[in-house]
Order: sequence, then C-alpha cells, then structure tokens
Amino acid sequence: MIALAVDGLNKSFGGLRVTSDVRLVVEAGERRLIIGPNGAGKTTLFNLITGELSPDSGSVALFGRNITRLASRKRAHLGMARTYQIITLFPRDTILHNVMLALLGLSRLRWNPLTALYSQRPIMTRARAALGRVGLEHLADRPLAETSYGEKRRVEIAMALAQEPRVLLLDEPFAGLSIDERADVRALLKAIPRDVTVVMIEHDMDIALELADRITLLHFGQVVVEGTRAEVVADRRTREVYLGE
Amino acid sequence: MTPRRAAIVAGIIVLIALPFAIGEDYYINIASQILLYAIFALGIDVLIGYAGLVSLGHAGLFGIAAYIIANVLAAGYGHTVAIVAALIGTLIATAGFAAVALRSAGITFIMITLALGEIIWGLAYRWISVTNGDNGISVTTRPMPFGLSLASPRGFYDATLIIFLLAMVAVAIFVHSPLGVALAGTRDQPRRMNALGYHVWMIRFLAFLFSGFLSAVSGILFVYYNEFISPQALALPASAAGVLMVIAGGAGTLLGPVVGSALVVIVQNVVSAYITRWNLMLGAIFVAIVIFMPEGLVPGVRRLVQATRRAAARRWPRAMASRLRSKP
Amino acid sequence: MNFWLLLTINSITFGGLLFLLSSGFSLIFGLMRIPNLTHGSMFMVGAYLGSTFLSGALGFTSDFWVAAILSAIEVAVLGALMERLLLRRLTGQPLAQVLVTLGVSLMVADLCLMGWGGDPISVETPAGLGGFVRAGPAVFPLYRMAIIVIAVVFAIALWLLLERTRLGAMIRAGVDDPQMARVVGIRVSQLFTIVFGLGAGLAGFAGMIGAPILSIYPGLDQDMLPLALVVVILGGTGSLLGSFVGSILIGFIYNFGQALLPELAYFVLFLPMVIVLVVRPQGLFGGQVL
Repeated sequence: MIALAVDGLNKSFGGLRVTSDVRLVVEAGERRLIIGPNGAGKTTLFNLITGELSPDSGSVALFGRNITRLASRKRAHLGMARTYQIITLFPRDTILHNVMLALLGLSRLRWNPLTALYSQRPIMTRARAALGRVGLEHLADRPLAETSYGEKRRVEIAMALAQEPRVLLLDEPFAGLSIDERADVRALLKAIPRDVTVVMIEHDMDIALELADRITLLHFGQVVVEGTRAEVVADRRTREVYLGE
Repeated sequence: MTPRRAAIVAGIIVLIALPFAIGEDYYINIASQILLYAIFALGIDVLIGYAGLVSLGHAGLFGIAAYIIANVLAAGYGHTVAIVAALIGTLIATAGFAAVALRSAGITFIMITLALGEIIWGLAYRWISVTNGDNGISVTTRPMPFGLSLASPRGFYDATLIIFLLAMVAVAIFVHSPLGVALAGTRDQPRRMNALGYHVWMIRFLAFLFSGFLSAVSGILFVYYNEFISPQALALPASAAGVLMVIAGGAGTLLGPVVGSALVVIVQNVVSAYITRWNLMLGAIFVAIVIFMPEGLVPGVRRLVQATRRAAARRWPRAMASRLRSKP
Repeated sequence: MNFWLLLTINSITFGGLLFLLSSGFSLIFGLMRIPNLTHGSMFMVGAYLGSTFLSGALGFTSDFWVAAILSAIEVAVLGALMERLLLRRLTGQPLAQVLVTLGVSLMVADLCLMGWGGDPISVETPAGLGGFVRAGPAVFPLYRMAIIVIAVVFAIALWLLLERTRLGAMIRAGVDDPQMARVVGIRVSQLFTIVFGLGAGLAGFAGMIGAPILSIYPGLDQDMLPLALVVVILGGTGSLLGSFVGSILIGFIYNFGQALLPELAYFVLFLPMVIVLVVRPQGLFGGQVL
C-alpha cells in the first residue's frame, strides 16, 4: 500500500524554481530518507506535503486520497505529523503543555470553551505517556524556555509522535545535537512502530543511512537519484552532487 | 492555591463593601465607571493578551451596542428587548468586523481595525437619521431587573458589579479552557497550530466574537450609566483608551485590565477636575507606559515581588551562615 | 452635466491631496513596517502652521506658497525628531512603535486645540487662483486644477527620486529587504529618519494646500488618517503606484458618496476595502515599490 504519493510537484518563488517536477512514492511502513545539499528544496518539499505551502502544480496523495488542496490542519487530522528543522515550539509554556497542545489539536475537546484544560485527566495522562516515550517525563513541568536544545528537539518529536500519525515527516531531527543526544534520538526513531511511515530529511549520513529503507536525493528541486541505500551510495550522480565531480 | 482564593474572596468583599465605605455618590459613580470599562478592557485583553491581536476599533463595537439600546428604546420597546437586540446586533457587527480584520494579523491587523472603527465612528457622526449626529441620543430610563431600581448610584454600582464579576468569571473560564489555551497557541505559533490540526482562523474568530460580546455588555452599561450616547464615545481616543488599559495593567492577565481601567478612569476624573486636556494626558501616559513599562503594572509588580522574594530567600541563608560563622 | 463634471474634478483634487498624504504613509510603512498613526496629525499640524504663517501672527505675512513650504519643512523636522527621539528607542518592537505614534497623535490633537482653539479656521485661496477656467460650456475652478497639477508633479518627482537617485535606490532596497540592505552597507537607521521626515513633510504640505478646500478644524487629523489607511490598504503598502491609484479611487468614492449618500459617505469607503481584503489581501499593488 502506498502511504504518500507526490506527483509532478512544482513550486517557484519569484523566478526561482525550488521544487521541480518532483515525484515521490513512499510505501506504508517505509523509512524514507531525503538527502541533498543546502538549498536543494527539501524543507520546501515538506511544506508542500503538509500543506503549509501550496504547489503551483502537481498533486499530493495520502493513502490514495488526493490532499493537494486540503488545508494543513485537515492533513493533520488524516494522520500526517511533522517536526520542524527550526524549532517551532511554545516557549512560554511547559514541556507538558506543548505536548498537550499536540494532543488537543486532534481532539474534539479543542473547541470546548467551558472546562479547564488541566482538569482533563485523560489528555494529561496521554501527554505524560508521550513524554515518557522520549524520556522527558521528569521534565514535564519545566518551562520550555528553560530546556536545552537537545531536549527541545525531543519535545518536537514527542509532539509529533503524540499525534499517533500514520505518516511522520521529520525535518533534520539530529541537527545541532551532541553525540549522546544523537544516540538518544536514534534509539527513539528506531522504536517507532512499523505501522508508521517515516519520511526524514537529514544531513548526518552515518545515522540516517542506517535508519533508511530507501533514499531520495534532491538537487536544485529535482529528484536526481532514488533507490536503496546501496544503489544511491553507489550512484555516480550522488557523488557528483556531493563532491562536485 | 489557597492564598490566591483568599485574595479573590477578599477582593469581592471589598468591591461589595466599597459603596458603604466611600459613601459619596461621586465616588460610587467613579467606581461604576471603572467596573464598566474593566469589562471593555477584558474584552480587548482576550484579543491582545491571548490572541496577540491588537484592535484599535473596539470602541466602534461598544458604540454599536449603545446606539442599538438608544434606538430600540426610542422606538418604544422595553429594556429587555433593547438589551437582547443590542447583544445580538453587536455580535453580528462583530462577526463582520472580525471577518474583515482577520484577513490579516500583526501590524496590518491594527491598521484594519483602526480603519473599521473609524468607519463606525463616521457612521455615528454622519448617519443623522439614526444617530442624531453630533448631538447624540438620550436614554431617559434605566432597567429595573427583578424590580430593583438602578436609578441611584448605589443601585447601578451593584448591578455593574454583578455583571463585572460574571464577565471576570467568563473570561477566567475561557482562557483556561481548551479553546482558550488553543487561542494562546495561535498567538505564539500560528503556523504550527495549523499543522497540529487547529483551525486558526476559526479560533481567532470565536475569540473575536467573545471579545465583541464583552464590548457590547460594556457599551450597554455605558449608555445606561451616562443616559446618553454620542459619536465621541466611539472615536479613536476611546479605542485607544481601551488598549491603554490593557497594556498599562498587563496584557494576558485577568487582573491587568481591571487595574488598567482603574488607572485610566481615576486619572481621567482627577485630570478633568483641573484641566480639560484629557487627550494630552492619555497620549502622554500611553507613550510613557509603552516606553518605560511595556509589560504593564500587574506583571511588573508580580515580577518585582518574586524578585524580592527570591532575593530574600538568597540573603536569608547567607545571613544565617555568617551568623553561625561569627559565633565561635 | 456641470454637477457631474464638478464632482469629478473635486474627486480628482481630493485624490491628489490623498496621494500627497498617503504616499509618505506608504513609504514609511514599506520601510519601517509600521503604520504611522501621527500621519493625520502631520496633515493637520501642517495646515495650522501654514495658517499661522499666513495670518501674520509671527510679525510677517508670507505668501501662501511660502507658508506651505515653510510648514512642510517644519512638519518634516517634527517627524524626523519623533523618529529619532521616540521610535528609535523601540527598534525591533513594531507594536510598541505603533502605540507610541498613537499616543503622540492624541497629544498633538490636544496641543493643536490648545494652540489654535476649537473654531474652524478658513484659509483663502491663494492669490490669482480664485477664478475659473472656461472650456466651452464647462467651468473649472482654478485652484483645484492647481492641486491636481501639484499632485501629479509630486508623483513624478517621487517616482524620479525612487527610480533615479541613490537615496531612492537605498529606499527601494530597504523596502525589499531591510536586513539585506543593512548587510550591503546602507545605513538603514538614517534612512528611517529621512523617510519619516519626508513622509511627514509631504503630509504637512498636503494639509496646507488642502486648507482652502477643507478648512482647518479640530478632528481634521481623525478625518484624514483613516482615509490614508484605506488608501494604503487598497493600494498595497510601500507601493507608490498603489497609493496613487488608491488615492484617486478613494477620492472618487468619497466625493461621490458624499454627494449621493451623504449620511453613509464614510461607510461606502468600507466596501472597496472589504473587497480588496477578500480578493487580494496584500493590496492592489502590494509588494512593488513603484
């Protein structure tokens, strides 16, 4: 079954074509790695997939359903979650609160104007459990502004996982982490059950290659190479892009 | 939690006892004004403090409610009809206002709300067949809920106090509710909220309606308090005063708008007892607050208290230690 | 026939005044990303100052045009001072900056009331422009034609300034991308002061040359500011062409509205704004400087 299908996707900013006729087919349960030099259009591709940008042409389908014109929030309700390369959290609030917002986003409870959020036991329990999965339960009540960068990265992932997505998009989950933190996040990503499809942008090849089933190489907004780990690494064009040969 | 609750109870008792303590009608009237403007400011705070949207057009919504009361009463209907009509009418106007203003956010939002507010003011000023233009409309009677007269300053104060407390409770419940929490989320990270599954526009729209509703309540109290409405009550300085109350008291707090309202109303009454230059004063306070105390009184004081407490806690063990050391 | 023609001329005249007012507003917005809420005040102060120069209260009587230029310069200095002394302290806090301009506008309104009193002041049409030009059966009031000419001259001058001069190039760079402008070595802060002064001066000038038509009264600032806002919302912020087209459009809507639906004249302004916001939120010419 195909989890995510992107076809003929185009996007330009001004005269600059940042996504050019991109085709991407990700099987359910697959771990797909997207690599490419800076400015290859990786994050833009994510924004097009999640609906934060709308494409000039082309289509995006989630489990066979065309979602090209669907608002970002509706894609979240269909089981798409993402993390951001540049941390996009709620700095005034606690870690727990951040995760609760993620849970609340998919709950009918979010329209309730009458009862205190913090009197809702079930959602609080779920939020703590989600923090437990990333090993941050002990910091639940700490204001986000007082946490380390590595902890924030894990909060990002906890929020995405809390939504129990069917398709998870991770934008450079290892960026800026120390070696120890990398190991933590790696274990975390490895533990994601196989019924979740994962698409990941990452620069750190050592870790990322190990996690990926298939790899897509983007360059100047175009898919240059796609295949298994071995195929992509062995491909002449990969070396051209990365080494400028 | 207990000291907090005790403070709330004490506050309510003080507010109930206030007319007995101050006695003079003049001061009771000032207290009524503070409370009715506090409701207005609470409504603006829902947008500024919790949605991050600064509206400079809320006096327009306030005024619409007042003009509806005046017109419905003048047409011969009773107070109940007038009040219901004012609430519904203002909500409808707010919906239109919000639908236009929420095409934008941030600084453009200020500009659009200002323009919309001025348009409503322009209507009040020029649409003479409805508003009687610059001369305004008088309202000669006050309602008598459950047979209680609101004609006396004290009667009016009590009614205003009850409505004020209800408004406070409503805002408190709202901002702690899932919807209110989501609203604060849209203030900090609108894009993220959208990706998390929230309908950012709708959340803001609902908050705007709530805010407009509070403006309407305040506008209704205003027209009954003054027994008169004229375009001046809708002009830009009135919207600015509302925003000033929120900023001066502390945006995003429940107490801030109340403190801000007290500050503005008291200064206004004191100043106008001596000079007629109220707008000069209002502008000067505005500039001073924004430059010197941008976070507002309530958070400012709160931070001071916490800092002194922390400093005291830090000094205390050191003092103990030095005493121990000096005691050989 | 004559009625419609006159209304059309009045609309274009008013549009010309609005252009002088809103082009500065739009440039300031484009560059500093804040609406200058004192812009209506600048217009009014320009008119009041000009009337004082005309009246001879200062010991000399000046010619109308000299008065207009003098008051424009004074208002420009006031604007530049405000930018330097107040807004500069709040760099990077656009909301605080907007609120400060709001506070100052309230103060200015009251100070004008103190200085010039509450009675409207009428300003006579400058010498030699009181008459009419005849073209066949139609009659054109001379002074209004002069305002149209002035507005067009200023539009061309501003266009040349932006397009052909170094200062203009810097302003355009600043509007496009302030950070980038700073990186390439443009002293953005100085540019802010210059543009703020320029915008204020244009508003002050507009106030004075508008005075023979509009007269000067307390509340003139509050009448003009929303018009500038609506023009800029319509035309798009930071766009000279946008303020030109927006001004003419609003000139027509406002004047025709006032003639045909006097009670709702202010309300009809609302419609184009709503339509533009719904269809094209960035304004008709948003994102283009020229």
